[in-house]
Amino acid sequence: MAINKNSTGYTFGFAIVMVAVVGTALAFTAMSLKDKQAANAADKKMMDILGAIGVDATRANASELFAEYVTERIAIDLNGKELDRRSGALDVKDKEDPFGIDVQKDYRGSVKAAAKANKDDIAGLKSSLSDEELRFPLFRCTTPDQQDVFVVPVVGSGLWGPIWGYVALKSDMQTIYGAKFDHKTETPGLGAEIKEDMFTEKWPGKQLNAGGPVVFEVVKGGAPTSSYQVDGITGGTITSKGVGEMVNRTMSIYASYFKSQTQANAQR
Amino acid sequence: MSTESTPKESLFSKKNKKLLSDPLSDSNPITIQVLGICSALAITVQLQQAVIMSLSVLFVLIGGNVIVSLLRNLIPDRIRIIVQLVIVASLVIIVDQVLRAFQPDISEKLSVFVGLIITNCIIMGRLEAFALGNKPGPSFLDAIGNGMGYAWILLVVSIVREIFGSGAISLPGMGQVKFLPESWFISNGGFYENNNLMILPPMALVTVGIIIWIQRSRNKALIEEN
Repeated sequence: MAINKNSTGYTFGFAIVMVAVVGTALAFTAMSLKDKQAANAADKKMMDILGAIGVDATRANASELFAEYVTERIAIDLNGKELDRRSGALDVKDKEDPFGIDVQKDYRGSVKAAAKANKDDIAGLKSSLSDEELRFPLFRCTTPDQQDVFVVPVVGSGLWGPIWGYVALKSDMQTIYGAKFDHKTETPGLGAEIKEDMFTEKWPGKQLNAGGPVVFEVVKGGAPTSSYQVDGITGGTITSKGVGEMVNRTMSIYASYFKSQTQANAQR
Repeated sequence: MSTESTPKESLFSKKNKKLLSDPLSDSNPITIQVLGICSALAITVQLQQAVIMSLSVLFVLIGGNVIVSLLRNLIPDRIRIIVQLVIVASLVIIVDQVLRAFQPDISEKLSVFVGLIITNCIIMGRLEAFALGNKPGPSFLDAIGNGMGYAWILLVVSIVREIFGSGAISLPGMGQVKFLPESWFISNGGFYENNNLMILPPMALVTVGIIIWIQRSRNKALIEEN
């Protein structure tokens, strides 16, 4: 053999060629499957939004039901100013559409750090995010029982990783109509239960504090004592707290928009 | 390479058939070698997940074994473990991406366990112990044998767990088929209740243990002294 298999040069050469070949193969796979995966993610998002208003959708009929129940897609800015309002056919590839706003990416990018630095301080949170030009989506839906509700996406952190969900509010913008949560890596049987109906069925009818600061809470131990509280999951304390934190924080950001909407409705 | 068979040997010689059949029983990767237990415990709640997981492992094992066997004379000794890892990792990423595109719901349920195929001891074990020293043909058979050995344990465990835990069987493409009448359940005034313990990981371990027990009582040669 002319080549010494154990020489340093050969070892390096082999490693370099291998990495190049593997990298190309993986990049090619990822690129060719990207569209299909994005479509799946959009279907899942529709299913979750529909889940928050109590409509059970499957991947097959998600976009059909979404078009049926979701009437308007709205984007607001940090201070509650409306930026965009769309209705009609949805193009899931359109990143400008409020549906295309990636709240999880925004959360990872800047909101998470800001929320950590400004615990329970919404004014502080808003001022530290003021340079970010964030857009916040919300979805106006007509429920199967003909109510006008707003679905707000929420994102936060559980014990092991990201948690997220959709909370539907009645037209008074403070009573919860329904909720749907999901997680990436919470503990099965404990924190992971936020995904189950057992947890979310306690949400309808709960109140966000109108006008004043939002003080919604997921409580640990014992039954909730007021309509601003919902029962947490035993053994899933940190996940439960994470759910409370994300709902509270997100609703506080949307609060000024809700306020302006209810005032506009009252004048009408 | 002294361990290599002579070129004249046919692919389905007696020796090669043993490569296929041994891992199914007497050198089963899960019950005898006790490898790959982690995923076997975690994803055997439903038959459907177990089927997809088995297919994924089978694909990675076959791909890994054949590729490593083809490259066995080129791979530098000093970085062979890294090379094996890179090959396995790329195959796993391909499986993960394909699942995400075509089986999004199952991909979600399997979540991290697809990624963890990379660290599945069966795969690295076969690459290191077999593919590095054998030709692609036998390596291919060895991969199928071990993959199927892994698969049948997973399938049996998941069928047992799903029947007793959920009172149903989930077949790929058909969803969960509940075969017990609803009126049998206590919640509907009947006499039967699903055993929730079966859904939890400990019962997977117990089920695997029972298979090991049966296997050893049938073949005394497997029983260690002491």
